[in-house]
Amino acid sequence: MARARARVLIRPKEGILDPQGKAVERALPALGFEGVGHVRVGRMVELEAEDPARIPELCEKLLANPLIEDFEIESIDGA
Amino acid sequence: MRWGVVQFPGSCDERDALHACELSGGEARLVWHEERDLAGIDAVVVPGGFSYGDYLRAGAIARFSPAMGAVAEFAAAGGPVLGICNGFQVLCEAGLLPGALLVNESMRFACRQLELHVEGSGERLSIPAKHGEGRYWAPEQVLDELEAKGQVAFRYAPGQNPNGSARDIAGVRSEAGNVLGLMPHPEHAVDAMTGSTDGLRVFEAVAGAAI
Repeated sequence: MARARARVLIRPKEGILDPQGKAVERALPALGFEGVGHVRVGRMVELEAEDPARIPELCEKLLANPLIEDFEIESIDGA
Repeated sequence: MRWGVVQFPGSCDERDALHACELSGGEARLVWHEERDLAGIDAVVVPGGFSYGDYLRAGAIARFSPAMGAVAEFAAAGGPVLGICNGFQVLCEAGLLPGALLVNESMRFACRQLELHVEGSGERLSIPAKHGEGRYWAPEQVLDELEAKGQVAFRYAPGQNPNGSARDIAGVRSEAGNVLGLMPHPEHAVDAMTGSTDGLRVFEAVAGAAI
């Protein structure tokens, strides 16, 4: 059975302090990258699923915590 | 009084928790994460550590273990459950406690003895904390509800919040009151040799709820 490949992007919700993003943001000027702001650090998960219709459910139940994180699902290779 | 202390792959404070349960005047046994049977157990501790490597998010994978299914049923039936540190994270992920625990504001692992205020009673406890993801967070409206319903159980003393937790919250209880979670480690404060025996009072309070 063909499996659908997907990429899930997970990031902290707007309004929740993201100390990793802040640390990256503060480091950039020291390297000469001025004018970069609003850095958010999240996670990316790639997976293959036999039933792509179930991907949103598994994102809500496991890959992301909907209280604190938003997620987006992208399909890879048009599956 | 019989305690069950859940042990996940990656737990590291379960032995101290067993010891604390016994010192508080009960019997205690480990409950392996694949066990589903809590028959004969009067109170459950979900201990600290790094369950399943804390992969994905702290506590995210542990919540799906067979033992946690049994703990959820135990809690629904009114059984007392105490989650400490990673155990608190697991209980939040499992939806048995409100809110979530995020990376410390400082991005640093915090390891220190600190003072906790017990909400309501005014008691103060000297207990160590050691965690990298202990910043308690919930939407403002949920925090207001927790305060109104008396679900905030512990706060860090003023100026001692080690992680940026909202409203200095160190521990919360469920709406029914039988599930309690906190980031600091009462099981590490049970012997005068290590500076404080205040942690025993937390175990005694949970035992009191079980009797």
